[in-house]
Amino acid sequence: MKILTRIVGRLVKAAVVLLAILVLNFLLIHAAPGDPAAVMAGEAGATDEMFLAQLREKFGLDQPLHVQLWKYISDVARLDLGYSYRQQMPVLDLILDRLPATLLLTGTAFAVSLVFGVLAGVLAASRVGKWSDTLISSVALLFYATPLFWAALMGVLLFSVTLGWLPPFGYETVGSGFTGWRRALDIAEHLVLPALSLGLFFTAVYSRMTRASMLEVSQMDFVKTARAKGLSPAVIERRHILRNALLPIVTLAGLQAGQLVGGAVLTETVFAWPGIGRLMFEALTQRDYNVLLGVFFVSAAMVILFNLITDLVYGIVDPRIRVQ
Amino acid sequence: MNRIIAAVVASFLACAPAIADPVAGGRANVVIQPEPPSLMLGLVQNAPTQQIAGNIYEGLLRYDAKLEAMPSLAKSWEVSDDGLTYTFHLEEGVKWHDGAAFSADDVVFTADVFLRQQHPRFRAILEHVASITAPDANTVVFTLKAPFGPFLNAFEVGSMPIVPKHIYEGTDFQNNPANNTPIGTGPFKFGEWQKGSFIKLVKNPDYWDEGKPYLDEIYWHVIPDAASRAVAYETGQVDILPAGSVETFDIPRLAALDNTCMTEAGWEFFAPQSWVWINTRQGPAANKEFRQAIMYALDREFIKDALFNGLGKISNGPFAASTKFNDTDIAPYPYDPAKAKELVKASGYNGEVLKLVPMPYGETWMRLGEVIKQNLEDVGIKVEIVSTDVAGWNQKLSDWDYDLSTTYLFQYGDPALGVSRTYVSTNIAKGSPWNNVEGYANPEVDALFAEGAGTIDPAKRQAVYSEVQKILVDDVPNAWLLDLGMPTIMRCSVKDLITTGIGLNDGFKNAYIEK
Repeated sequence: MKILTRIVGRLVKAAVVLLAILVLNFLLIHAAPGDPAAVMAGEAGATDEMFLAQLREKFGLDQPLHVQLWKYISDVARLDLGYSYRQQMPVLDLILDRLPATLLLTGTAFAVSLVFGVLAGVLAASRVGKWSDTLISSVALLFYATPLFWAALMGVLLFSVTLGWLPPFGYETVGSGFTGWRRALDIAEHLVLPALSLGLFFTAVYSRMTRASMLEVSQMDFVKTARAKGLSPAVIERRHILRNALLPIVTLAGLQAGQLVGGAVLTETVFAWPGIGRLMFEALTQRDYNVLLGVFFVSAAMVILFNLITDLVYGIVDPRIRVQ
Repeated sequence: MNRIIAAVVASFLACAPAIADPVAGGRANVVIQPEPPSLMLGLVQNAPTQQIAGNIYEGLLRYDAKLEAMPSLAKSWEVSDDGLTYTFHLEEGVKWHDGAAFSADDVVFTADVFLRQQHPRFRAILEHVASITAPDANTVVFTLKAPFGPFLNAFEVGSMPIVPKHIYEGTDFQNNPANNTPIGTGPFKFGEWQKGSFIKLVKNPDYWDEGKPYLDEIYWHVIPDAASRAVAYETGQVDILPAGSVETFDIPRLAALDNTCMTEAGWEFFAPQSWVWINTRQGPAANKEFRQAIMYALDREFIKDALFNGLGKISNGPFAASTKFNDTDIAPYPYDPAKAKELVKASGYNGEVLKLVPMPYGETWMRLGEVIKQNLEDVGIKVEIVSTDVAGWNQKLSDWDYDLSTTYLFQYGDPALGVSRTYVSTNIAKGSPWNNVEGYANPEVDALFAEGAGTIDPAKRQAVYSEVQKILVDDVPNAWLLDLGMPTIMRCSVKDLITTGIGLNDGFKNAYIEK
């Protein structure tokens, strides 16, 4: 019961936060120089008054700003994210069209970085001071410090251009006609490089955090007690140290999960991955207001959702938090 | 003697088909950058839209590298002696992609209704037209109000794409669902568009020009990162890189690859020319000597070699070299910093800082801004670079909120179509980055451009346009940089891709891939 009240309370707060984000985004975007009509006219390389007026009327930009804002908020309340006149498609369709590709990419990167990061961190912590610890820590530091786009480009140069093992970019082989498992395999091949370059940074962060957190917990009194009881080192490590060291990692995982939708702009651009991040970035340069606001809205909703989930997971990992 | 030459030529011609026998079938993989918002060429005029949709739609005419008219949907045409009546005889048996028959009614609807409402550039041309009629199903007659010299150059597919009347008549053009599955008469039909990934066109089996096209399908790959586009060519994902798809510093490396051919042909009609916008309304740049100083200060040879890999040609004035009536007797301004310094001094410049807003079209153009700043500072002109994105740059130019900027514009073959718009005072208006943005107003220039447009006789037009070029070169309303070289990079096995002065924009009709 308690947990239900808490969730409802959080949802009400979330709605208020979402509304604030919506209004703020709307105003910020409209404060940027230029508008979609001017951008489209600009791209055409020729324009006149009539053309601009036609476009502005079509986009609803001829209305006063507060009217546009009110219309947008009431539309969103009805779960209507508006229409992209530039792309001639409802925004929701555009987003749903791109969402699977992004979730596949960011989800894979998330899983890979979480699993490998925590494993590497546990390994390093249990062998602290030995050469394997030094190796893991150094590699983690290297990944941590490498700019994403550079790692991505180097990956392409090595594995695609030089070795020819993996496709350099794209979601699947265009026009291959693959279906079923053959297609899944094809997509998986295309997924390797972007997911790895996106996951590198977080793998490093997880491993460093796990290592530090485990070392800290292993100095605590209850661990000494456990050792004194004669428990085997493996059990102590798993049940006593790791479980207690997990909290900061859950926090971080919640943070990364919140970025699942909007956090891969660079990776998607370098690898021509047809996802949300690119949709957002292109909408920004084209001042496609509705698309941009729609992506922001979905990302914000995701962040709020994952914060909520993180809170619930805290309770599972550490029962003390549930009581409060 | 003549007979012998004729015989030799004839034997050559007889051999020609044997040398190059087009192969049917295959797929072309091309880069498209950026992804176009739509392929409905009558509504959207972006460069990438033109590049793809020029295969779906067709114009009445095409133009060769010398900008002479070639048949397209119009198989022949006549111009009356007074220059007022243009009669086009259309190809017979042409069908739209949905099977409906094409006729002169479609042409009249396109020009008189659809494009008049939707196409700013064609709307300007229509100012000269009194009536458009279809005396029979295969004939269209344009009657002009007064002679208009460049009229025959206005029928290229991007300027006047013929759209289907049976689909658009009486509908809301902008929101017609057919816009997403465009229907034209062209050699290729719309196939599939996976947003963010690729656009696919397929062969039109019922194309009126028997035997064409040769290719089965064309894929345009959407690859947002310039370095990745270069990799796409290197690794064989794509075989054709249209001009502008890779950064200029990647061009020498790609051009040196095996089985790779590069050509600058196919841009004669558009003749993109780059220049420095000078806001002539305000500050030191209102002074002619100061503007001439800018011209002498710019090291255009360096710009050409270092930034554009030696491609292109230093502009000798406002007319690009391949545009009609360029006066080849006019010598380009030399690079002369000493003279520039003198002129700066003479202009009474006292250290105002000029705001340079470079066109944000990628790395090369940003570097160009830096070179200009350096060149001008060498002769004592203070410059501050203001960076912004494309939308912001559009806005700044449209609001005249700049001192210097960079750009490049198409000239569409004729000075009356693509040059005068930048210099005549009637074209000064806020709200567009493509009109007389510099605010140059000279009644003499206005009068000469008007006379040039209203004259038919080429010799008389040349005299008028030579005069206007001399005035503009002396006045320097803008500082011209280069007639841009536009390199298309492709596998050498791709043949006959560029056969006209319009190049890739109506490209794949004749193209085939050698096995």
